[in-house]
Amino acid sequence: MLGEGILKGLAETAKNFAGSYVSKERLTTVQYPEERVAPIEASRVFPFLVYDGGDWQAGLRCVACQICEKECPPKCIYIEKSKDKKPDYVGKPQIYPARFDIDVSVCMSCQICVEVCPFEAIKMDTEFELATDDRFGGLLRSRDQLAKSNEYYHGIHPTEAAEVDARLAEEKAKVEAKAKAAAEAAAAKAAAEPATPAAKPAGGESK
Amino acid sequence: MMHSATDMAADPRARATRPEGTLVSDPDDGTELLEVSMGPHHPSTHGVFRMDVALDGEKVARLKPVFGYLHRNHEKLGEGNSYLASMPYTDRLDYICSLTNNWAYALAVEKLAGQEVPERAEYLRVIVGELTRVQNHALSVGFLLQDMGASGTPLMYGFREREKILDLFEALTGSRMMCNYMRFGGCRVDATPEWLDATRKVVAGLPGFADEFEALLCTNEILMARTQGVGILKPDLAVSAGITGPMLRASGVNYDIRKVDHYSIYDRFDFKVPLGDHGDVYDRFMIRLLELRQSIGILEQALKDIPGGPVMDPKAKIRNFRPKPGEAYGRIEAPKGELGFYLISDGGPNPYRYRVRPPSFVNLTVLEDMCLGHNVADVVLILGSVDIVLGEVDR
Repeated sequence: MLGEGILKGLAETAKNFAGSYVSKERLTTVQYPEERVAPIEASRVFPFLVYDGGDWQAGLRCVACQICEKECPPKCIYIEKSKDKKPDYVGKPQIYPARFDIDVSVCMSCQICVEVCPFEAIKMDTEFELATDDRFGGLLRSRDQLAKSNEYYHGIHPTEAAEVDARLAEEKAKVEAKAKAAAEAAAAKAAAEPATPAAKPAGGESK
Repeated sequence: MMHSATDMAADPRARATRPEGTLVSDPDDGTELLEVSMGPHHPSTHGVFRMDVALDGEKVARLKPVFGYLHRNHEKLGEGNSYLASMPYTDRLDYICSLTNNWAYALAVEKLAGQEVPERAEYLRVIVGELTRVQNHALSVGFLLQDMGASGTPLMYGFREREKILDLFEALTGSRMMCNYMRFGGCRVDATPEWLDATRKVVAGLPGFADEFEALLCTNEILMARTQGVGILKPDLAVSAGITGPMLRASGVNYDIRKVDHYSIYDRFDFKVPLGDHGDVYDRFMIRLLELRQSIGILEQALKDIPGGPVMDPKAKIRNFRPKPGEAYGRIEAPKGELGFYLISDGGPNPYRYRVRPPSFVNLTVLEDMCLGHNVADVVLILGSVDIVLGEVDR
């Protein structure tokens, strides 16, 4: 019948039009600046650097190995290594980034830097309001702007952060156990051979 | 129909070679062809794409597709970046279906490096791949109707379903469109039981959407009058031009890489390959709706059978990944057709050669053959039925 399709179509449209006022799950519009949807856990926008403890400079996990800089697909990371060293979370002296810049305007939120990082030092933020009126300086984030605490990381990605903490604690325990065993072995050795006591323990610890 | 492609192909004016120019006079009968440039900013071209159309009255006498406006140097970038760093770039090829792009690339690299994929990861790949197909087809039929003048409503029905699927992608991968989910030897993150339940719920609602869409449109007089007998693609031309995907199957050629190549675990699922009879725009529209239903079937089976276990091969290397020298071609049945990646490794951290075989690009090559003799308004429809994404055409 001619016109049947149009009537069917209008009926369907009317059903959906009425339904959109009745059905709660279809009222999906959020009045954005006033109302906000909580970001989901898997969300990834822009990387940040994780630090442990209260002081960001002392607690920065990054050791400036430059793997993320090399692997970053659009090459938006710039790292300069430090001349001196600072202790990392297991107490081993490591170099740190004297400069760590990420360009917001180039970053494409792919998370490759997070995946390749062997030190759990760089993670993805869920903060998405990164707009600025400064085209150049404002879009280049330096390490003081990028550094965020481990507590902040726990707040935005709780499951992932807990896994990371467990892994780091395990590694730390392993390193400490190894150091302890090495120290004990060295002490035992020193006790057995009283002739050469001094240099051995330090050599054993750094293994 | 008033006219068909074959009638016009017999017309001597139809494909006569003419000098380049904006107005080309015809010496035979005193009429002139009018050259119209459709695009690159024409709203119906689905991106920055231009068609140089020569019109004889309302009819298309010649059509030259012009592309390259969105060229982003994808293949050369792939040769300069490490294997892993090219993965997020594949999202940006066909930005509607980022997960199937990931899959084809992962498949090619896994072939090159001889890596195994755990079973759960294969299931997850099938689930996200078929969800991608569902949302691509929902969107492409919506856009086709939009091109036809059904301003908004059917497209928004397609978008409504796509929205639910994109929410699932976001929950799993962290991004709605640029998913960057697959890795060489598995998937980046595991799906939680809650995610699988949410997916089951969305999949359970999909047949209702397909029913609604079919009841609304498949027998609509306007749609049938506009699409049946328009833009016919003959099977022999389709095969010789290398057309793949729904375009080829709408012409009646039974070729689905999921059935031909048996890649991943598609052998385990029971599904049919819908075929068309006429190869016109209506068939291409229907094929997508039928494929959408088959994908729902695959999703139901995969979500029922998904096993536990790891999602990454424990031997897979994230850092310092250097496959042995050699070459590999990995291809999958992407929603738009055969998507293939051809890689040559020289043993270094970057591919020596990185080539993409994009379905949209190849499917566009027969555009002139389908459009000749049709009204200029039908060109919009025929282009819509090819289902192109310019990110993939231009790379």
